[in-house]
Amino acid sequence: MSVDATTVRRIAHLARIAVTEAEVPHLQGELNAMLAFVEQLSEVNVDGVEPMTSVTPMEMKKRPDVVNDGEIPDDIVRNAPETQNHFFLVPKVVE
Amino acid sequence: MTDLTSLTIAEAREGLANKSFTSLELTDAHLAAIEAARSLNAFVLETPEKARDMARAIDAKIAKGEGGPLAGIPLGIKDLFSTRDVRTTACSKILGNFVPPYESTVTSQLWRDGAVMLGKLNNDEFAMGSANETSCFGPVVNPWRREGSNTTLVPGGSSGGSASAVAALLCMGATATDTGGSIRQPAAFTATVGVKPTYGRCSRWGIVAFASSLDQAGPIARTNRDAAILMRSMAGHDPKDSTSVDRAVPDYEAAIGKSVKGMKIGIPKEYRLDGMPTEIEKLWSEGAAWLKAAGAELVDVSLPHTKYALPAYYIVAPAEASSNLARYDGVRYGLREQGRNITEMYENTRAEGFGAEVRRRVMIGTYVLSAGYYDAYYIRAQKVRTLIKKDFEDCFAKGINAILTPATPSAAFGVGEKAGADPVEMYLNDIFTVTVNMAGLPGIAVPAGKDAQGLPLGLQLIGRPFDEETLFSLGEVVEQAAGRFTPPRWW
Amino acid sequence: MNVSVKPGKLIKGQTGDWEVVIGMEIHAQVTSNAKLFSGASTAFGGEPNTQVSLVDAAMPGMLPVINEECVRQAVRTGLGLNAKINLRSVFDRKNYFYPDLPQGYQISQYKSPIVGEGEVIVELEGGRTATIGIERLHLEQDPAKMLHDKLPSQSLIDLNRAGVALMEIVSKPDIRDAEQAKAYVTKLRSILRYLGTCDGDMEKGSLRADVNVSVRKPGGPLGTRCEIKNMNSINFIGQAIEYEARRQIEIIEDGGVIDQETRLFDPNKGETRSMRSKEEAHDYRYFPDPDLLPLELTQDYVDELKAKLPELPDQKKARFIDSLGLSAYDAGVLVAERESAVFYETVLAGLADRARDGKLAANWVINELFGRLNKEGHDITDSPVSAAQLSAIVGLIGEGTISGKIAKDLFEIVWTEGGDPRELVESRGMKQVTDLGAIEKVVDDIIAANPDKVAQAKAKPQLAGWFVGQVMKQSGGKANPQAVNDLLKAKLGI
Repeated sequence: MSVDATTVRRIAHLARIAVTEAEVPHLQGELNAMLAFVEQLSEVNVDGVEPMTSVTPMEMKKRPDVVNDGEIPDDIVRNAPETQNHFFLVPKVVE
Repeated sequence: MTDLTSLTIAEAREGLANKSFTSLELTDAHLAAIEAARSLNAFVLETPEKARDMARAIDAKIAKGEGGPLAGIPLGIKDLFSTRDVRTTACSKILGNFVPPYESTVTSQLWRDGAVMLGKLNNDEFAMGSANETSCFGPVVNPWRREGSNTTLVPGGSSGGSASAVAALLCMGATATDTGGSIRQPAAFTATVGVKPTYGRCSRWGIVAFASSLDQAGPIARTNRDAAILMRSMAGHDPKDSTSVDRAVPDYEAAIGKSVKGMKIGIPKEYRLDGMPTEIEKLWSEGAAWLKAAGAELVDVSLPHTKYALPAYYIVAPAEASSNLARYDGVRYGLREQGRNITEMYENTRAEGFGAEVRRRVMIGTYVLSAGYYDAYYIRAQKVRTLIKKDFEDCFAKGINAILTPATPSAAFGVGEKAGADPVEMYLNDIFTVTVNMAGLPGIAVPAGKDAQGLPLGLQLIGRPFDEETLFSLGEVVEQAAGRFTPPRWW
Repeated sequence: MNVSVKPGKLIKGQTGDWEVVIGMEIHAQVTSNAKLFSGASTAFGGEPNTQVSLVDAAMPGMLPVINEECVRQAVRTGLGLNAKINLRSVFDRKNYFYPDLPQGYQISQYKSPIVGEGEVIVELEGGRTATIGIERLHLEQDPAKMLHDKLPSQSLIDLNRAGVALMEIVSKPDIRDAEQAKAYVTKLRSILRYLGTCDGDMEKGSLRADVNVSVRKPGGPLGTRCEIKNMNSINFIGQAIEYEARRQIEIIEDGGVIDQETRLFDPNKGETRSMRSKEEAHDYRYFPDPDLLPLELTQDYVDELKAKLPELPDQKKARFIDSLGLSAYDAGVLVAERESAVFYETVLAGLADRARDGKLAANWVINELFGRLNKEGHDITDSPVSAAQLSAIVGLIGEGTISGKIAKDLFEIVWTEGGDPRELVESRGMKQVTDLGAIEKVVDDIIAANPDKVAQAKAKPQLAGWFVGQVMKQSGGKANPQAVNDLLKAKLGI
């Protein structure tokens, strides 16, 4: 499988990475080189094989239902580009 | 008095205990070495004040007979580990001047045990790379050079800063992370010992994520013993990481010097690549011979899906990364580039904040997870991963204790040498190491010799799940046979 | 067509009757102290970003650890919906960018939800019921809250809600009209509240519904559906469905086609409108969250939760009918809200003879109490007359100490002044006169004073009621009506 320029733009948008028209052919070449490389997986017989879900099999531990975190609004917003009264700010989102 | 920076952790531990020197002296010696080695670009942030404060505090404890297993030992920390109130960037522009209000579990355990932080070490951006050339702080230089040459070489990656700093005696040991070979490959390129523990052995909490199902923290040190000492502090169950294993941490150091007599060492034929340099081939046989001489039994084994590990990795790792890196959106921390609306703000921020390699991997990961391709790529790769793991399980079921392979297909190469159009050429560096991550196993890279140009080469030992101890025992045999390698100082 | 589906009200168009097909996705916030994957509080209404952990803010290197209570609540809800509990379920990442989603993905369950198929029986008008199939229930993270109208050019983000556990309960497309839809949400909400797995507070957004609506000719192929997002009122759901169905019918009858799209209901205009701004091909790139392991439960765990499940409205209703002889309607009214059922059962608990007075108690709760509460804008939880007080009043009637009429006066006193009904009856002399001698004297006096009425009553026995009235009047309502009746019949010879 390989990707065309339209797909490169679609994927870039899906990943929210701006690409210029000039970058598209280059990216297309790189992505296709990677896809060509992984293509060899198609020769492996995977009939009846379970896809791996956890590499170290074990039971998932659960946390008790206890409030032991939070109340750190200064820490939460300390690195934010733009805040007001502990709210994060972003360009207006219209619904 | 010998130069304090040339001591091993074990030696420094003794010196501190018998008051030959203080942690402050030891720390100052390293801070001076770091300052003198800025041309290596191993550190992206030096924290001398913090280091001296920590050293003074631990000296006071040592004086009271308190301390801890790493009391007073100065270490470098890969910039992927969050360090409270100390800038942490994963060497990406997108994190900007991010200062975490928290400390990663692994580093907090090191400080608990008395270690001293010298600063933050360079790495490939978000640990994506095999040469430490993708860092937003620029490439790291390998302290090793080809004999008679001034060409600057890469230290490998992604933990290039860690490997370079340890090899150049800038710190006594370093934390590192390994997703496809990022500890073992740079260790091999710099003649240091690098351990990738079993998946789940070290907590991932507070380590900037690359590929969650593959990432593991581990140490880089100058000897097997030092690596074992660091491992004991780094490992352990963490309730904050659901994939962390609740299992007692053994005294890894006790495995150093333990007899390997009767152990069965697998030699996998699939690791014998066409066109592999004869020096690597020779090193491998030599390593096998040393283990045999120490009483181990060599067994030819087969790991039939080996060649598929790297392509499967280049689906699984970017897929997870594309999702893990979605949080870098310019909203809560890090870089923000304005746009006319929220979507443009995201797109501009991420285009500006991520380097080329990260953008490429995020895009390929997005593609393989997208509608219509998920089964063909991601599910197939995870099935292949099951087969890769089964290869190892079959092997261990036959009584094999560990597997010996070369660590890398070549020695260190020149900065910029592999920056060609095809990213796959660079990816092939991890061909011997990536299987271990795919199967969640422990692996160790130990220095074993030099190539004709005087560059270090390493061997890799792969162990059973949670049997890092056997790797330390075998690694020590190689170390005793091969000796230790220190780069001549030129910087 | 599913045999359990109840035909709904058809809508008349220009080309004949149309049938509405409705499916719903209910998002119910799980009742728990801490969030689904962090130790931050779930409490409503905190200061911005105070109930937020580093995990909820998706700081680099943060990892989710699942809250056992949220799992327990989801399983209990599944059991309450008579649904299949999946002993192995998987958390997936649903990837998309939006400022209310700090991680850039929502941890949800896609291919393997914790709960599979189940069903809910809903009550319709006139005692009819319908069975609505449940497709699945899964656990996921609530997104953050955004405020769009505080600043002119920016939106504000508060992560307090981010990461609170949600149960998404997906119905089968078994709902056929607005009445069924409203009844479905009402019943589901009631079950959740009985279970204590969601507080069901729609005003606070603890329960939100996405409603999928399409129309078709009865029995015909399914039409294209539109999804009305984020409905937080049962009445609005009804209005939105009515509007949306008619809108679709008009388009189709005018020769148009329905675009599959997401719409919003505007309660002020009573209309739905397209959310075109959000219209973008979604590609969520679901994959199993590698930070978590599969969620595995044992059958023992499920069985234990099942054994400890509280009595749910359907079971309670059946018990009220079977053991107390309540009408299906009365039983239905009492169990509809958990608080009403609790109140009624507290009244019952205070009665000396439940078999005798259970029905009477139901009448008093439904007619006197609910009527008065409604009239004065009270809720059952802040009723001026407590269950114990009402129980005492009903007991006094049942044992014959006071008449029904006096009981109403007593109820009024208790409502306005409070007090122990038994003491009030004593202190205010409200006791019914059961002393036959005293009643007989009154009866004799009235008969003696009204010979004409006696003659009339002998001719026309139904006129005896006049005498009853007179006796009750003279006794201040305290004469035992049965005793009065018996005496009059004997004395008048009728």
